[in-house]
Amino acid sequence: MHSEKASIGLKLAAWGGLVFLHFPILIIFLYAFNTQDAAFSFPPQGFTLKWFSVAFSRADVLESIKLSLEIACVATLIALFLGTLASAALYRRDFFGKDGISLMLILPIALPGIVTGLALLAAFKALGIEPGMFTIIVGHATFCVVIVYNNVIARLRRTSHSLIEASMDLGADGWQTFRYIILPNLGSALLAGGMLAFALSFDEIIVTTFTAGHERTLPIWLLNQLSRPRDVPVTNVVAMLVMLVTMLPILGAYYLTRGGESVAGSGGK
Amino acid sequence: MIQTLTQPPALSATPSPLRRFANLLYRRPNLYLSLLLIPPLLWFGAIYLGSLLGLLWQGFYTFDDFSMTVTPDLTMANFAALFNPANFDVIQRTVLMAIAVSIASAVVAFPIAYYMARYTTGKTKAFFYIAVMMPMWASYIVKAYAWTLLLAKGGVAQWFVQHLGLEPLLQWLLGMPGIGGSTLSTSALGRFLVFVYIWLPFMILPIQASLERLPPSLLQASADLGAKPRQTFMQVTLPLSIPGIAAGSIFTFSLTLGDFIVPQLIGPPGYFIGSMVYAQQGAIGNMPMAAAFTLVPIVLIAIYLSIVKRLGAFDAL
Repeated sequence: MHSEKASIGLKLAAWGGLVFLHFPILIIFLYAFNTQDAAFSFPPQGFTLKWFSVAFSRADVLESIKLSLEIACVATLIALFLGTLASAALYRRDFFGKDGISLMLILPIALPGIVTGLALLAAFKALGIEPGMFTIIVGHATFCVVIVYNNVIARLRRTSHSLIEASMDLGADGWQTFRYIILPNLGSALLAGGMLAFALSFDEIIVTTFTAGHERTLPIWLLNQLSRPRDVPVTNVVAMLVMLVTMLPILGAYYLTRGGESVAGSGGK
Repeated sequence: MIQTLTQPPALSATPSPLRRFANLLYRRPNLYLSLLLIPPLLWFGAIYLGSLLGLLWQGFYTFDDFSMTVTPDLTMANFAALFNPANFDVIQRTVLMAIAVSIASAVVAFPIAYYMARYTTGKTKAFFYIAVMMPMWASYIVKAYAWTLLLAKGGVAQWFVQHLGLEPLLQWLLGMPGIGGSTLSTSALGRFLVFVYIWLPFMILPIQASLERLPPSLLQASADLGAKPRQTFMQVTLPLSIPGIAAGSIFTFSLTLGDFIVPQLIGPPGYFIGSMVYAQQGAIGNMPMAAAFTLVPIVLIAIYLSIVKRLGAFDAL
Protein backbone atom coordinates (compact mmCIF):
# COMPACT_ATOMS: atom_id res chain seq x y z
CA MET A 1 0.00 0.00 0.00
CA HIS A 2 2.87 2.34 0.69
CA SER A 3 4.89 1.38 -2.31
CA GLU A 4 4.27 4.68 -4.09
CA LYS A 5 5.35 8.08 -2.82
CA ALA A 6 2.90 10.89 -2.18
CA SER A 7 3.08 13.62 -4.77
CA ILE A 8 4.41 17.02 -3.74
CA GLY A 9 0.98 18.57 -4.21
CA LEU A 10 -0.68 16.10 -1.87
CA LYS A 11 2.03 16.54 0.75
CA LEU A 12 1.67 20.30 0.58
CA ALA A 13 -2.13 20.10 0.87
CA ALA A 14 -1.94 17.75 3.84
CA TRP A 15 0.73 19.61 5.80
CA GLY A 16 -0.75 22.94 4.77
CA GLY A 17 -4.09 21.77 6.17
CA LEU A 18 -2.44 21.00 9.50
CA VAL A 19 -0.84 24.45 9.56
CA PHE A 20 -4.25 26.01 8.82
CA LEU A 21 -5.77 24.06 11.73
CA HIS A 22 -3.11 25.14 14.21
CA PHE A 23 -2.30 28.67 13.11
CA PRO A 24 -5.21 30.44 14.91
CA ILE A 25 -4.40 28.47 18.07
CA LEU A 26 -0.77 29.58 17.91
CA ILE A 27 -1.94 33.16 17.48
CA ILE A 28 -3.89 32.91 20.75
CA PHE A 29 -0.75 31.69 22.54
CA LEU A 30 1.31 34.45 20.92
CA TYR A 31 -1.06 37.29 21.84
CA ALA A 32 -1.36 36.20 25.48
CA PHE A 33 2.24 37.43 25.92
CA ASN A 34 1.83 40.57 23.80
CA THR A 35 3.05 43.84 25.37
CA GLN A 36 0.51 46.10 23.68
CA ASP A 37 -2.66 46.80 25.60
CA ALA A 38 -5.19 47.75 22.96
CA ALA A 39 -4.43 46.97 19.34
CA PHE A 40 -3.65 43.51 18.05
CA SER A 41 -1.28 44.48 15.29
CA PHE A 42 0.91 41.86 13.71
CA PRO A 43 3.74 41.07 14.24
CA PRO A 44 3.68 41.69 18.04
CA GLN A 45 5.96 44.44 19.36
CA GLY A 46 7.27 42.55 22.40
CA PHE A 47 6.53 39.89 24.99
CA THR A 48 5.59 40.09 28.65
CA LEU A 49 4.04 38.03 31.43
CA LYS A 50 2.38 41.12 32.90
CA TRP A 51 -1.15 40.29 31.71
CA PHE A 52 -1.19 37.00 33.57
CA SER A 53 -0.92 38.74 36.93
CA VAL A 54 -3.47 41.34 35.80
CA ALA A 55 -5.91 38.63 34.71
CA PHE A 56 -5.51 36.61 37.89
CA SER A 57 -6.13 39.63 40.11
CA ARG A 58 -9.49 40.32 38.46
CA ALA A 59 -12.39 39.16 40.64
CA ASP A 60 -14.74 38.58 37.68
CA VAL A 61 -12.19 36.32 35.96
CA LEU A 62 -11.58 34.26 39.08
CA GLU A 63 -15.31 33.95 39.77
CA SER A 64 -16.00 32.71 36.24
CA ILE A 65 -13.12 30.23 36.42
CA LYS A 66 -14.42 28.90 39.74
CA LEU A 67 -17.97 28.60 38.45
CA SER A 68 -16.88 26.83 35.25
CA LEU A 69 -14.69 24.39 37.19
CA GLU A 70 -17.47 23.57 39.66
CA ILE A 71 -20.03 23.06 36.90
CA ALA A 72 -17.66 20.90 34.85
CA CYS A 73 -16.83 18.73 37.90
CA VAL A 74 -20.45 18.11 38.92
CA ALA A 75 -21.64 17.61 35.33
CA THR A 76 -18.79 15.14 34.72
CA LEU A 77 -19.66 13.15 37.85
CA ILE A 78 -23.33 12.92 36.84
CA ALA A 79 -22.31 11.97 33.29
CA LEU A 80 -19.93 9.28 34.60
CA PHE A 81 -22.68 7.76 36.72
CA LEU A 82 -25.43 7.82 34.08
CA GLY A 83 -23.13 6.99 31.16
CA THR A 84 -21.63 3.95 32.90
CA LEU A 85 -25.06 2.61 33.87
CA ALA A 86 -26.38 3.09 30.34
CA SER A 87 -23.39 1.39 28.73
CA ALA A 88 -23.56 -1.53 31.20
CA ALA A 89 -27.23 -1.96 30.29
CA LEU A 90 -26.78 -1.70 26.53
CA TYR A 91 -23.52 -3.44 25.71
CA ARG A 92 -24.57 -7.11 25.76
CA ARG A 93 -28.25 -7.77 25.71
CA ASP A 94 -30.73 -7.07 22.98
CA PHE A 95 -34.09 -5.90 24.17
CA PHE A 96 -37.06 -3.96 22.94
CA GLY A 97 -36.30 -0.24 22.66
CA LYS A 98 -32.53 -0.60 22.77
CA ASP A 99 -31.97 1.42 19.59
CA GLY A 100 -34.38 4.05 20.86
CA ILE A 101 -32.39 4.44 24.06
CA SER A 102 -29.05 4.78 22.29
CA LEU A 103 -30.60 7.34 19.92
CA MET A 104 -31.94 9.27 22.91
CA LEU A 105 -28.46 9.38 24.46
CA ILE A 106 -26.95 10.78 21.25
CA LEU A 107 -29.76 13.27 20.61
CA PRO A 108 -28.40 16.10 22.83
CA ILE A 109 -25.24 16.35 20.71
CA ALA A 110 -26.91 15.43 17.42
CA LEU A 111 -29.51 18.20 17.63
CA PRO A 112 -28.23 21.78 17.41
CA GLY A 113 -27.38 23.33 20.77
CA ILE A 114 -30.08 25.97 20.34
CA VAL A 115 -32.78 23.26 20.38
CA THR A 116 -31.49 21.64 23.58
CA GLY A 117 -30.87 25.01 25.18
CA LEU A 118 -34.26 26.48 24.37
CA ALA A 119 -36.09 23.27 25.34
CA LEU A 120 -34.42 23.22 28.76
CA LEU A 121 -35.03 26.94 29.27
CA ALA A 122 -38.72 26.57 28.40
CA ALA A 123 -39.05 23.61 30.78
CA PHE A 124 -37.29 25.43 33.64
CA LYS A 125 -39.53 28.46 33.11
CA ALA A 126 -42.66 26.30 33.07
CA LEU A 127 -41.59 24.61 36.32
CA GLY A 128 -40.72 27.94 37.92
CA ILE A 129 -37.03 27.04 38.36
CA GLU A 130 -34.79 30.12 38.43
CA PRO A 131 -31.93 29.68 35.88
CA GLY A 132 -28.54 29.47 37.58
CA MET A 133 -25.75 27.08 38.40
CA PHE A 134 -28.15 24.16 38.89
CA THR A 135 -29.79 24.58 35.49
CA ILE A 136 -26.38 24.90 33.77
CA ILE A 137 -25.27 21.63 35.37
CA VAL A 138 -28.44 19.83 34.24
CA GLY A 139 -27.85 20.95 30.64
CA HIS A 140 -24.16 20.03 30.64
CA ALA A 141 -24.69 16.64 32.25
CA THR A 142 -27.30 15.80 29.59
CA PHE A 143 -24.93 16.19 26.65
CA CYS A 144 -21.87 14.82 28.50
CA VAL A 145 -23.50 11.41 29.15
CA VAL A 146 -22.96 10.27 25.56
CA ILE A 147 -19.20 10.99 25.75
CA VAL A 148 -18.79 8.71 28.78
CA TYR A 149 -21.19 6.18 27.27
CA ASN A 150 -19.18 5.93 24.02
CA ASN A 151 -15.91 5.40 25.88
CA VAL A 152 -17.21 2.88 28.39
CA ILE A 153 -19.24 0.80 25.96
CA ALA A 154 -16.23 0.47 23.64
CA ARG A 155 -14.21 -0.88 26.58
CA LEU A 156 -16.97 -3.21 27.78
CA ARG A 157 -17.23 -4.72 24.32
CA ARG A 158 -13.53 -5.58 24.50
CA THR A 159 -13.78 -7.04 28.02
CA SER A 160 -14.66 -10.71 28.24
CA HIS A 161 -17.87 -11.39 30.13
CA SER A 162 -16.46 -14.70 31.39
CA LEU A 163 -14.17 -12.69 33.71
CA ILE A 164 -17.23 -11.49 35.60
CA GLU A 165 -18.75 -14.98 35.70
CA ALA A 166 -15.48 -16.45 36.93
CA SER A 167 -15.34 -13.88 39.72
CA MET A 168 -18.86 -14.69 40.83
CA ASP A 169 -18.16 -18.43 40.63
CA LEU A 170 -15.15 -17.98 42.88
CA GLY A 171 -17.37 -16.50 45.57
CA ALA A 172 -17.08 -12.75 45.05
CA ASP A 173 -20.25 -10.79 45.68
CA GLY A 174 -21.53 -8.11 43.35
CA TRP A 175 -19.57 -5.31 45.00
CA GLN A 176 -16.31 -7.30 45.06
CA THR A 177 -16.71 -8.21 41.39
CA PHE A 178 -17.37 -4.58 40.58
CA ARG A 179 -14.46 -3.33 42.72
CA TYR A 180 -11.79 -5.87 41.71
CA ILE A 181 -12.79 -7.00 38.21
CA ILE A 182 -15.00 -4.48 36.41
CA LEU A 183 -13.60 -1.20 37.73
CA PRO A 184 -9.90 -1.96 36.98
CA ASN A 185 -10.94 -2.94 33.46
CA LEU A 186 -12.98 0.20 32.94
CA GLY A 187 -10.61 2.52 34.79
CA SER A 188 -8.81 4.21 31.92
CA ALA A 189 -11.98 4.36 29.79
CA LEU A 190 -13.80 6.11 32.63
CA LEU A 191 -10.89 8.49 33.08
CA ALA A 192 -10.76 9.25 29.35
CA GLY A 193 -14.52 9.74 29.14
CA GLY A 194 -14.51 11.89 32.24
CA MET A 195 -11.71 14.10 30.92
CA LEU A 196 -13.48 14.63 27.61
CA ALA A 197 -16.79 15.33 29.34
CA PHE A 198 -14.98 17.83 31.56
CA ALA A 199 -13.44 19.58 28.54
CA LEU A 200 -16.79 19.66 26.73
CA SER A 201 -18.60 21.11 29.74
CA PHE A 202 -15.86 23.65 30.47
CA ASP A 203 -16.09 25.05 26.94
CA GLU A 204 -19.83 24.78 26.19
CA ILE A 205 -21.50 28.06 25.31
CA ILE A 206 -24.60 27.54 23.16
CA VAL A 207 -26.75 25.55 25.59
CA THR A 208 -25.24 27.56 28.45
CA THR A 209 -26.37 30.95 27.13
CA PHE A 210 -29.96 29.72 27.42
CA THR A 211 -29.70 28.05 30.84
CA ALA A 212 -27.27 30.38 32.63
CA GLY A 213 -29.59 33.15 33.81
CA HIS A 214 -27.32 35.76 35.39
CA GLU A 215 -24.44 33.35 36.03
CA ARG A 216 -21.33 33.84 33.91
CA THR A 217 -19.30 30.77 33.03
CA LEU A 218 -15.87 31.33 31.52
CA PRO A 219 -17.03 30.99 27.87
CA ILE A 220 -19.88 33.44 28.52
CA TRP A 221 -17.43 35.81 30.19
CA LEU A 222 -15.24 35.53 27.07
CA LEU A 223 -18.17 36.22 24.75
CA ASN A 224 -19.12 39.31 26.76
CA GLN A 225 -15.51 40.49 26.63
CA LEU A 226 -15.52 40.62 22.85
CA SER A 227 -17.53 43.82 22.91
CA ARG A 228 -14.98 45.42 25.28
CA PRO A 229 -11.87 46.34 23.30
CA ARG A 230 -10.12 47.89 26.32
CA ASP A 231 -9.80 44.52 28.02
CA VAL A 232 -8.12 42.73 25.12
CA PRO A 233 -4.91 41.65 26.95
CA VAL A 234 -6.86 40.08 29.82
CA THR A 235 -9.19 38.39 27.33
CA ASN A 236 -6.18 36.99 25.48
CA VAL A 237 -4.75 35.45 28.66
CA VAL A 238 -8.08 33.86 29.60
CA ALA A 239 -8.54 32.62 26.01
CA MET A 240 -5.19 30.84 26.18
CA LEU A 241 -6.15 29.31 29.51
CA VAL A 242 -9.47 27.99 28.16
CA MET A 243 -7.65 26.64 25.11
CA LEU A 244 -5.27 24.68 27.35
CA VAL A 245 -8.02 23.30 29.59
CA THR A 246 -9.88 21.98 26.53
CA MET A 247 -6.89 20.70 24.54
CA LEU A 248 -4.93 18.84 27.19
CA PRO A 249 -7.74 16.36 28.07
CA ILE A 250 -7.88 15.10 24.48
CA LEU A 251 -4.16 14.28 24.65
CA GLY A 252 -4.68 12.40 27.91
CA ALA A 253 -7.74 10.59 26.61
CA TYR A 254 -5.86 9.59 23.47
CA TYR A 255 -3.03 7.98 25.41
CA LEU A 256 -5.46 6.24 27.79
CA THR A 257 -7.51 4.60 25.05
CA ARG A 258 -5.14 4.05 22.12
CA GLY A 259 -4.78 0.49 20.94
CA GLY A 260 -8.52 -0.06 21.08
CA GLU A 261 -10.68 -0.23 18.02
CA SER A 262 -12.19 3.13 18.80
CA VAL A 263 -10.14 5.94 20.23
CA ALA A 264 -11.76 8.47 22.52
CA GLY A 265 -12.94 11.70 21.04
CA SER A 266 -13.05 10.65 17.42
CA GLY A 267 -16.83 10.50 17.32
CA GLY A 268 -17.30 14.23 17.34
CA LYS A 269 -18.41 16.50 20.11
CA MET B 1 -4.98 -14.34 47.42
CA ILE B 2 -3.77 -14.61 51.01
CA GLN B 3 -7.02 -13.20 52.23
CA THR B 4 -9.01 -15.89 50.49
CA LEU B 5 -6.76 -18.56 51.96
CA THR B 6 -7.05 -17.38 55.54
CA GLN B 7 -10.72 -16.50 55.24
CA PRO B 8 -12.36 -19.05 52.99
CA PRO B 9 -15.86 -18.05 51.90
CA ALA B 10 -18.41 -19.54 54.30
CA LEU B 11 -20.17 -21.85 51.93
CA SER B 12 -22.31 -23.58 54.51
CA ALA B 13 -23.46 -20.48 56.35
CA THR B 14 -26.12 -18.20 54.87
CA PRO B 15 -24.56 -15.95 52.22
CA SER B 16 -24.09 -12.27 52.91
CA PRO B 17 -26.88 -9.90 51.86
CA LEU B 18 -24.70 -8.47 49.10
CA ARG B 19 -23.98 -11.94 47.77
CA ARG B 20 -27.65 -12.84 47.82
CA PHE B 21 -28.44 -9.61 45.98
CA ALA B 22 -25.79 -10.41 43.37
CA ASN B 23 -27.25 -13.89 42.94
CA LEU B 24 -30.73 -12.49 42.58
CA LEU B 25 -29.56 -10.08 39.88
CA TYR B 26 -27.78 -12.89 38.08
CA ARG B 27 -30.87 -15.08 38.07
CA ARG B 28 -33.16 -12.22 37.09
CA PRO B 29 -31.40 -10.45 34.20
CA ASN B 30 -34.45 -8.30 33.52
CA LEU B 31 -34.40 -6.94 37.05
CA TYR B 32 -30.67 -6.25 36.67
CA LEU B 33 -31.27 -4.49 33.36
CA SER B 34 -34.05 -2.30 34.69
CA LEU B 35 -32.01 -1.32 37.76
CA LEU B 36 -29.23 -0.21 35.42
CA LEU B 37 -31.57 1.62 33.07
CA ILE B 38 -33.81 3.44 35.52
CA PRO B 39 -31.45 6.36 36.37
CA PRO B 40 -30.44 7.24 32.79
CA LEU B 41 -34.00 6.72 31.53
CA LEU B 42 -35.42 8.94 34.26
CA TRP B 43 -32.89 11.67 33.49
CA PHE B 44 -33.30 11.57 29.73
CA GLY B 45 -37.01 10.81 29.69
CA ALA B 46 -38.10 13.37 32.25
CA ILE B 47 -35.58 16.15 31.71
CA TYR B 48 -34.59 15.90 28.07
CA LEU B 49 -37.49 14.38 26.11
CA GLY B 50 -39.96 16.13 28.39
CA SER B 51 -38.35 19.47 27.62
CA LEU B 52 -38.28 18.79 23.88
CA LEU B 53 -41.97 17.86 23.76
CA GLY B 54 -42.80 20.84 25.95
CA LEU B 55 -40.94 23.09 23.54
CA LEU B 56 -42.80 21.71 20.54
CA TRP B 57 -46.09 22.25 22.38
CA GLN B 58 -45.19 25.86 23.14
CA GLY B 59 -44.77 26.41 19.42
CA PHE B 60 -48.56 26.29 19.21
CA TYR B 61 -49.10 28.98 21.86
CA THR B 62 -50.22 32.48 20.93
CA PHE B 63 -48.01 35.55 21.30
CA ASP B 64 -49.85 38.85 21.58
CA ASP B 65 -47.86 41.53 19.72
CA PHE B 66 -49.50 44.42 21.61
CA SER B 67 -49.25 43.24 25.20
CA MET B 68 -46.04 41.23 24.47
CA THR B 69 -47.44 38.29 26.42
CA VAL B 70 -47.88 34.60 25.72
CA THR B 71 -51.27 32.95 26.12
CA PRO B 72 -51.84 29.19 25.93
CA ASP B 73 -54.37 29.48 23.08
CA LEU B 74 -53.37 26.97 20.44
CA THR B 75 -52.65 28.29 16.96
CA MET B 76 -50.76 27.33 13.82
CA ALA B 77 -49.79 30.95 13.21
CA ASN B 78 -46.18 30.55 14.38
CA PHE B 79 -45.46 27.68 12.03
CA ALA B 80 -47.19 29.51 9.18
CA ALA B 81 -45.07 32.60 9.93
CA LEU B 82 -41.93 30.58 9.17
CA PHE B 83 -42.84 30.97 5.50
CA ASN B 84 -42.95 34.79 5.69
CA PRO B 85 -40.50 36.25 3.17
CA ALA B 86 -38.39 37.68 6.02
CA ASN B 87 -38.18 34.40 7.93
CA PHE B 88 -37.74 32.39 4.78
CA ASP B 89 -34.83 34.66 3.92
CA VAL B 90 -33.18 33.75 7.24
CA ILE B 91 -33.67 30.04 6.60
CA GLN B 92 -32.34 30.31 3.05
CA ARG B 93 -29.24 32.27 4.14
CA THR B 94 -28.43 29.68 6.82
CA VAL B 95 -28.97 26.65 4.59
CA LEU B 96 -26.87 28.09 1.75
CA MET B 97 -24.04 28.76 4.21
CA ALA B 98 -24.33 25.25 5.66
CA ILE B 99 -24.12 23.70 2.17
CA ALA B 100 -21.21 25.91 1.10
CA VAL B 101 -19.33 25.16 4.31
CA SER B 102 -19.89 21.39 3.90
CA ILE B 103 -18.59 21.39 0.32
CA ALA B 104 -15.55 23.52 1.13
CA SER B 105 -14.73 21.42 4.20
CA ALA B 106 -14.84 18.24 2.11
CA VAL B 107 -12.50 19.77 -0.48
CA VAL B 108 -9.98 20.95 2.13
CA ALA B 109 -10.31 17.83 4.29
CA PHE B 110 -9.89 15.23 1.56
CA PRO B 111 -6.16 15.64 0.85
CA ILE B 112 -5.39 15.65 4.58
CA ALA B 113 -7.46 12.51 5.18
CA TYR B 114 -6.06 10.84 2.06
CA TYR B 115 -2.48 11.54 3.05
CA MET B 116 -3.18 10.35 6.62
CA ALA B 117 -4.77 7.10 5.49
CA ARG B 118 -2.42 6.15 2.67
CA TYR B 119 1.00 7.64 3.27
CA THR B 120 1.47 7.70 7.01
CA THR B 121 2.25 4.86 9.40
CA GLY B 122 3.10 4.47 13.06
CA LYS B 123 4.35 7.65 14.67
CA THR B 124 3.48 9.97 11.77
CA LYS B 125 -0.07 8.64 11.68
CA ALA B 126 -0.42 9.14 15.43
CA PHE B 127 0.99 12.64 15.03
CA PHE B 128 -1.54 13.51 12.32
CA TYR B 129 -4.33 12.00 14.35
CA ILE B 130 -3.54 14.10 17.42
CA ALA B 131 -2.89 17.16 15.26
CA VAL B 132 -6.45 16.89 13.91
CA MET B 133 -8.10 15.99 17.23
CA MET B 134 -6.52 18.81 19.24
CA PRO B 135 -8.02 21.67 17.18
CA MET B 136 -11.31 19.75 17.09
CA TRP B 137 -11.55 19.66 20.87
CA ALA B 138 -9.94 23.05 21.48
CA SER B 139 -12.39 25.58 22.85
CA TYR B 140 -15.01 26.62 20.29
CA ILE B 141 -15.41 30.14 21.65
CA VAL B 142 -11.65 30.72 21.72
CA LYS B 143 -11.31 29.52 18.12
CA ALA B 144 -14.03 31.98 17.11
CA TYR B 145 -12.28 34.69 19.15
CA ALA B 146 -8.94 33.89 17.48
CA TRP B 147 -10.54 34.59 14.12
CA THR B 148 -11.86 37.96 15.24
CA LEU B 149 -8.22 38.79 16.06
CA LEU B 150 -6.93 37.34 12.78
CA LEU B 151 -9.43 39.15 10.58
CA ALA B 152 -9.42 42.45 12.47
CA LYS B 153 -8.23 45.64 10.79
CA GLY B 154 -4.42 45.64 11.02
CA GLY B 155 -4.54 42.02 12.16
CA VAL B 156 -2.63 38.97 11.03
CA ALA B 157 -4.67 38.24 7.90
CA GLN B 158 -4.15 41.75 6.59
CA TRP B 159 -0.41 41.56 7.28
CA PHE B 160 -0.12 38.34 5.28
CA VAL B 161 -2.27 39.65 2.43
CA GLN B 162 -0.09 42.76 2.19
CA HIS B 163 3.23 40.94 2.36
CA LEU B 164 2.19 38.32 -0.18
CA GLY B 165 0.91 41.00 -2.53
CA LEU B 166 -2.57 39.53 -2.59
CA GLU B 167 -4.39 42.78 -1.91
CA PRO B 168 -5.92 43.10 -5.42
CA LEU B 169 -7.24 39.54 -5.17
CA LEU B 170 -8.80 40.20 -1.75
CA GLN B 171 -10.36 43.46 -2.97
CA TRP B 172 -11.78 41.66 -5.97
CA LEU B 173 -13.26 38.92 -3.75
CA LEU B 174 -14.69 41.46 -1.31
CA GLY B 175 -16.19 43.37 -4.20
CA MET B 176 -18.25 40.40 -5.31
CA PRO B 177 -21.95 40.78 -4.56
CA GLY B 178 -23.43 38.35 -2.05
CA ILE B 179 -20.20 37.26 -0.42
CA GLY B 180 -18.30 40.54 -0.19
CA GLY B 181 -18.22 43.39 2.26
CA SER B 182 -15.99 46.28 3.28
CA THR B 183 -13.50 44.07 5.20
CA LEU B 184 -12.98 40.34 5.72
CA SER B 185 -14.42 40.47 9.24
CA THR B 186 -17.69 42.01 8.06
CA SER B 187 -18.14 39.92 4.91
CA ALA B 188 -19.97 36.66 4.35
CA LEU B 189 -16.65 35.41 2.95
CA GLY B 190 -14.99 35.89 6.34
CA ARG B 191 -17.84 34.13 8.13
CA PHE B 192 -17.61 31.25 5.67
CA LEU B 193 -13.87 30.99 6.30
CA VAL B 194 -14.38 30.80 10.06
CA PHE B 195 -17.09 28.14 9.75
CA VAL B 196 -14.88 26.02 7.48
CA TYR B 197 -12.01 26.34 9.95
CA ILE B 198 -14.05 25.42 13.01
CA TRP B 199 -15.80 22.36 11.54
CA LEU B 200 -12.94 21.08 9.34
CA PRO B 201 -11.69 18.38 11.78
CA PHE B 202 -15.21 16.91 11.93
CA MET B 203 -14.89 16.28 8.18
CA ILE B 204 -11.30 14.97 8.18
CA LEU B 205 -11.78 12.13 10.65
CA PRO B 206 -14.74 10.33 8.97
CA ILE B 207 -13.08 10.58 5.52
CA GLN B 208 -9.83 9.27 6.95
CA ALA B 209 -11.68 6.37 8.60
CA SER B 210 -13.45 5.43 5.36
CA LEU B 211 -10.17 5.56 3.38
CA GLU B 212 -8.48 3.50 6.10
CA ARG B 213 -11.07 0.74 5.55
CA LEU B 214 -10.41 0.64 1.82
CA PRO B 215 -8.75 -2.72 1.09
CA PRO B 216 -5.33 -2.22 -0.60
CA SER B 217 -6.05 -5.24 -2.79
CA LEU B 218 -8.76 -3.25 -4.58
CA LEU B 219 -6.22 -0.61 -5.58
CA GLN B 220 -3.73 -3.26 -6.66
CA ALA B 221 -6.42 -4.99 -8.71
CA SER B 222 -7.28 -1.70 -10.34
CA ALA B 223 -3.63 -1.12 -11.24
CA ASP B 224 -3.21 -4.70 -12.46
CA LEU B 225 -6.17 -4.25 -14.75
CA GLY B 226 -4.35 -1.36 -16.37
CA ALA B 227 -5.83 1.69 -14.68
CA LYS B 228 -3.55 4.69 -14.33
CA PRO B 229 -3.21 6.11 -10.79
CA ARG B 230 -5.61 8.92 -11.73
CA GLN B 231 -8.19 6.46 -13.00
CA THR B 232 -7.87 4.32 -9.87
CA PHE B 233 -8.40 7.41 -7.77
CA MET B 234 -11.41 8.66 -9.71
CA GLN B 235 -13.11 5.30 -10.15
CA VAL B 236 -12.18 3.34 -7.03
CA THR B 237 -10.88 5.51 -4.20
CA LEU B 238 -13.18 8.50 -4.54
CA PRO B 239 -16.48 6.59 -4.90
CA LEU B 240 -15.60 4.39 -1.92
CA SER B 241 -14.86 7.43 0.23
CA ILE B 242 -18.31 8.95 -0.42
CA PRO B 243 -19.79 7.43 2.79
CA GLY B 244 -17.04 9.11 4.81
CA ILE B 245 -17.61 12.47 3.11
CA ALA B 246 -21.36 12.13 3.71
CA ALA B 247 -20.79 11.24 7.38
CA GLY B 248 -18.52 14.25 7.84
CA SER B 249 -21.03 16.51 6.11
CA ILE B 250 -23.64 15.58 8.73
CA PHE B 251 -21.48 17.37 11.29
CA THR B 252 -20.54 20.35 9.13
CA PHE B 253 -24.12 20.83 7.93
CA SER B 254 -25.93 20.51 11.24
CA LEU B 255 -23.32 22.39 13.27
CA THR B 256 -23.44 25.36 10.86
CA LEU B 257 -27.23 25.25 10.81
CA GLY B 258 -27.58 25.69 14.57
CA ASP B 259 -24.76 28.13 15.21
CA PHE B 260 -25.42 31.64 16.45
CA ILE B 261 -22.08 32.67 17.95
CA VAL B 262 -19.99 32.87 14.75
CA PRO B 263 -22.67 34.83 12.81
CA GLN B 264 -22.79 37.24 15.74
CA LEU B 265 -19.01 37.78 15.80
CA ILE B 266 -18.02 37.74 12.13
CA GLY B 267 -19.81 38.74 8.98
CA PRO B 268 -22.51 41.12 7.81
CA PRO B 269 -25.69 41.82 9.80
CA GLY B 270 -28.66 39.59 9.08
CA TYR B 271 -30.06 36.77 11.14
CA PHE B 272 -29.13 33.11 11.04
CA ILE B 273 -31.61 30.49 12.28
CA GLY B 274 -29.73 30.28 15.57
CA SER B 275 -29.55 34.01 16.13
CA MET B 276 -33.25 34.30 15.20
CA VAL B 277 -34.18 31.74 17.87
CA TYR B 278 -31.98 33.52 20.39
CA ALA B 279 -33.42 36.96 19.60
CA GLN B 280 -37.03 35.74 19.60
CA GLN B 281 -36.83 34.19 23.06
CA GLY B 282 -34.52 36.79 24.58
CA ALA B 283 -34.96 40.37 23.42
CA ILE B 284 -38.46 39.93 21.97
CA GLY B 285 -39.73 37.42 24.53
CA ASN B 286 -41.72 35.53 21.91
CA MET B 287 -41.10 32.00 23.14
CA PRO B 288 -43.76 30.42 20.85
CA MET B 289 -42.08 31.84 17.73
CA ALA B 290 -38.65 30.76 19.00
CA ALA B 291 -40.04 27.27 19.61
CA ALA B 292 -41.50 27.14 16.11
CA PHE B 293 -38.16 28.26 14.69
CA THR B 294 -36.27 25.40 16.39
CA LEU B 295 -38.35 23.04 14.30
CA VAL B 296 -36.59 24.36 11.16
CA PRO B 297 -33.12 22.91 11.91
CA ILE B 298 -34.70 19.70 13.21
CA VAL B 299 -36.70 19.18 10.01
CA LEU B 300 -33.79 20.23 7.78
CA ILE B 301 -31.40 17.86 9.54
CA ALA B 302 -33.94 15.03 9.32
CA ILE B 303 -34.23 15.64 5.56
CA TYR B 304 -30.45 15.84 5.26
CA LEU B 305 -29.98 12.61 7.19
CA SER B 306 -32.43 10.78 4.96
CA ILE B 307 -30.43 11.96 1.92
CA VAL B 308 -26.97 11.02 3.22
CA LYS B 309 -28.25 7.73 4.57
CA ARG B 310 -28.58 6.62 0.95
CA LEU B 311 -24.93 7.52 0.42
CA GLY B 312 -23.98 5.12 3.21
CA ALA B 313 -23.12 7.83 5.73
CA PHE B 314 -24.41 5.86 8.72
CA ASP B 315 -22.02 2.97 8.05
CA ALA B 316 -19.11 5.41 8.12
CA LEU B 317 -19.95 7.20 11.35
